[in-house]
Amino acid sequence: MQTNRLLPLFKQALLTFTVSLILFGPISGLVLEGFSFRNELTRAVVLAAIVTAGRVAISLVQMTSLGQALTRRMADSGVGVTVMTGTEKSPVLILALLFVAGLSLPFFADKYFLGIAILALIYCLLGLGLNIVVGLAGLLDLGFVAFYAVGAYLLALGSQYLGLGFWGALIIAPLLAGLFGMVLAFPVLKMHGDYLAIVTLGFGEIIRLVLNNWLDFTGGPNGAPVPAPTVFGLEFTRTAKQGGVSIHDYLGIPYSADYKFWFIYLVLFLVVCLVIYAVERLRVMPLGRMWEALREDEIACRSLGVNHVFTKLTAFMLGASTGGLAGVFFAVHQGFVNPTSFTFFESALILAIVVLGGLGSTVGVIAAALVLTILPELLRDFAEYRVLIFGVLMVVMMIWKPRGLVRIKRPAFFPSTTTDAGPLPLTAKAEVA
Amino acid sequence: MTTPLLEIHNVTMRFGGIVANRNVSFSVERGAVTALIGPNGAGKTTMFNCITGFYRASEGEIVLNGRDGPLDIGTLITKPVTGGSHLVTRAGIARTFQNIRLFKDMSVVENLLVAQHLVTANNLLSGVFRTPSFHRAEREAVDRAYHWLREMNLADDANRLAGELPYGRQRRLEIARAMCTGPTLICLDEPAAGLNPSETRELSEVIQRLCTEHDQSVLVIEHDMALVMRISQHIVVLDHGEVISDGTPEHVANDPAVVAAYLGVSEEEVEA
Amino acid sequence: MDVYILLQQLFNGITLGTIYGLIAVGYTMVYGVIRMINFAHGDVYMVSAYIAAITLAVLTFFGIQSAPFALISVLVITCAVTAVYGWAIERVAYRPLRGSTKLAPLISAIGISLMLQSYVQISQGARDQGVPTLISGAFRFGDGVHFAQITYMQTVILFASLIAMGILTYVINYTRIGRECRATQQNIRMSAVLGVNTDRIISTVFVIGAATAAVGGVLVTFNYGSFNFFIGFVMGIKAFTAAVLGGIGSLPGAVLGGILLGLTEALFAGYVSTDYKDVFAFALLITLLFFRPYGLLGRPEIQKV
Repeated sequence: MQTNRLLPLFKQALLTFTVSLILFGPISGLVLEGFSFRNELTRAVVLAAIVTAGRVAISLVQMTSLGQALTRRMADSGVGVTVMTGTEKSPVLILALLFVAGLSLPFFADKYFLGIAILALIYCLLGLGLNIVVGLAGLLDLGFVAFYAVGAYLLALGSQYLGLGFWGALIIAPLLAGLFGMVLAFPVLKMHGDYLAIVTLGFGEIIRLVLNNWLDFTGGPNGAPVPAPTVFGLEFTRTAKQGGVSIHDYLGIPYSADYKFWFIYLVLFLVVCLVIYAVERLRVMPLGRMWEALREDEIACRSLGVNHVFTKLTAFMLGASTGGLAGVFFAVHQGFVNPTSFTFFESALILAIVVLGGLGSTVGVIAAALVLTILPELLRDFAEYRVLIFGVLMVVMMIWKPRGLVRIKRPAFFPSTTTDAGPLPLTAKAEVA
Repeated sequence: MTTPLLEIHNVTMRFGGIVANRNVSFSVERGAVTALIGPNGAGKTTMFNCITGFYRASEGEIVLNGRDGPLDIGTLITKPVTGGSHLVTRAGIARTFQNIRLFKDMSVVENLLVAQHLVTANNLLSGVFRTPSFHRAEREAVDRAYHWLREMNLADDANRLAGELPYGRQRRLEIARAMCTGPTLICLDEPAAGLNPSETRELSEVIQRLCTEHDQSVLVIEHDMALVMRISQHIVVLDHGEVISDGTPEHVANDPAVVAAYLGVSEEEVEA
Repeated sequence: MDVYILLQQLFNGITLGTIYGLIAVGYTMVYGVIRMINFAHGDVYMVSAYIAAITLAVLTFFGIQSAPFALISVLVITCAVTAVYGWAIERVAYRPLRGSTKLAPLISAIGISLMLQSYVQISQGARDQGVPTLISGAFRFGDGVHFAQITYMQTVILFASLIAMGILTYVINYTRIGRECRATQQNIRMSAVLGVNTDRIISTVFVIGAATAAVGGVLVTFNYGSFNFFIGFVMGIKAFTAAVLGGIGSLPGAVLGGILLGLTEALFAGYVSTDYKDVFAFALLITLLFFRPYGLLGRPEIQKV
């Protein structure tokens, strides 16, 4: 009995070890140095041994009864979607507390931490935007960073050529990014979902290449400066420009470079709250429901009269708009933009946020955005491994918990009357049709 | 009102060199159940997909004499930019699927709400700012959803995930969802497939009720002959992509062509 | 003489194009069987470039100097090791997700792509790597001032690609495994019912795709001499464009698409702008999907309801 079990296990271990040795051997074991190489084979063997040990450990755990019970429980919770009962307590109090805490953060945090907080909120915004596209509508967008770049460069170039300010950019960026999204997605949305993924991947790269190569217009790899924001015409500089007034003079308080970041943080925080509210509303609105229905089954949607192309387009455009919005904040926070901020890895990071957040859960996305931006700051030593971890994370999440770590709750609905009043006339129908 | 609800004139459907339907003509009457039957591979589902706008017929025309006068299905789906099968549903033809296509990770009510989104105020801003008109529209949609859930004996399952329901209920939910689009014609693609006898009985009552109480026109593809004979007033038989018989259940049951077509394939279905 | 410049661009375009074709094979075969784009494919190509360089370094270390022998052994070893990569990717990122949502395998493949890039970067460093020139010299056409040339390496590329395609065509058309691949491509469920081990076929397709990409990887490495951990990204998109251009799912289409893309890209680079040649390829992809999504040799897919 024992040998019966152990023999396949041994075979499996041997196979895993051989395969991983072949995989790790050349790349990890023999490091190129010019046209020669450096021997690091022990590293490869250690890696292969670790992988084999992990594989054997998983198999052993699955053999024990406890392990089997665990896997079964995991499989059960794999759905991760429940319908609310309609009797849940309203979370208004917690939300209000969080809101106040968020607003008062600048008064407690130092400049370094505030910088991280701003970055985290920008990624929240990006995550929320991509979540509309990937999580709700089920469209894979691998070039989300392009819309982020559109927003950032709109402010940088707009101020340079057209005298556009922060507030103007904040309004125009979502529209422009949405327009880009529409032009890009419309031709592709009728087709198989994979095509959209690769087209967006290509588009992200096009935008970066154009920004990099169009020296006369964008400044190329050197980037472009971004002006500081103003509030009601007041500036955040130590000494105001000709004819301008700086904010500390106006308020009669001493100058501090932090005011600018306070201001950016507060506006950003309010925008994030607004977007969260809008997304949460969308989920219980016809449009949001149609997105999710499209993710579930496109053909069924069409059979219900849903225009799948237009509906997907709205998701794609709203996602792109949010990305554009985030870009404006990024630009104004950095005071400078260049193409290196908008590489494929940035898109991958945003996707990792959405995946970890659970493809569709707003709370999950916010939590994931905070974790994935704050953790790397704390663990600087592992910066090298950041992308590797994102990759592992995506694979593991898809295999283990494709709906994320946060359980998704669906709203409950109840009729306005308990008795059936008979079929309601479809009056509005005639107008539409 | 003597014109039939749906007229199919000489429809031919080709896939490359394969002819799935050849010169098919029949009509669907108002307020009655019309059944489309035939052996496997007779081209029923292809015909169905042409009617519901998922395929564009290679030749011939399919005309719906609905709320807005005669409409050609083919022109609806080939309309530039906005065209597509969704327009067919908007014109008044709803359908269900042979292999159930519900939104499994959404609740039962939500499934029905999605079906009504042509009616509910579909305006971004009114929803974000929760205007009274948005609330009213939502309330009406939920009430209408509950109405059809009661009709289909599903009211108790309203706030469950659609994917959790037993098979038979999923079938009825799909019909309820199609009814929520407010169709003039509902097309059911093998609604009894995979159901046990008691579920089939419940289904046939539901379909008959649609017809008698709601004056709903129904087109159904079905293999269960007992069910077809019980519920339908008009039967069209397809074989090898062509209509071989067309008439009342009695006429079709005694048509030698039908018996011959079926004997070649499956005896028990003729006996049934 | 303009003719020579044109001729030169055509030569370069065709060589580049056959490489695109080789890598496009992986996309097209995997798509044919599982109707999914293998997003990690570009990085499989990138890994193969490293393996080729490492193998060559090891061979040099053991004192092997003969260029033809080195080239052939590098080709064989790289194909073998890269094929294992292909197998492992399918095993880790695709097989556990069979029957999952449409989105899940796409995301896990992106995960694998990031893992491979990052793994190579950590192990081998982020700097550009290179290989020594194995074969130098060229056939020249024209006089001393105006001429076009085909380097010997380019000739090798053409021949090697031709042989690789020949082997592949033979395997697909005349062997049992090829027959099973074609059957699975037609109808995966039916093939399973008829006793084809579809899991094994899917693995095979990944292995074949990786091995052909490795041929491309070796040839590119020896032709251009320099590479880094990020080359898979752009190459991946271009090879995919080639696959779509020819009609995804069609093997001859992949080769035809590759050569067409290589040619147009070389002409664009030669006559319009080298800075924007990648932009041109991507723009071509987008335009193509708009007007002819099923490519030159592909057939429009009929959606089953």
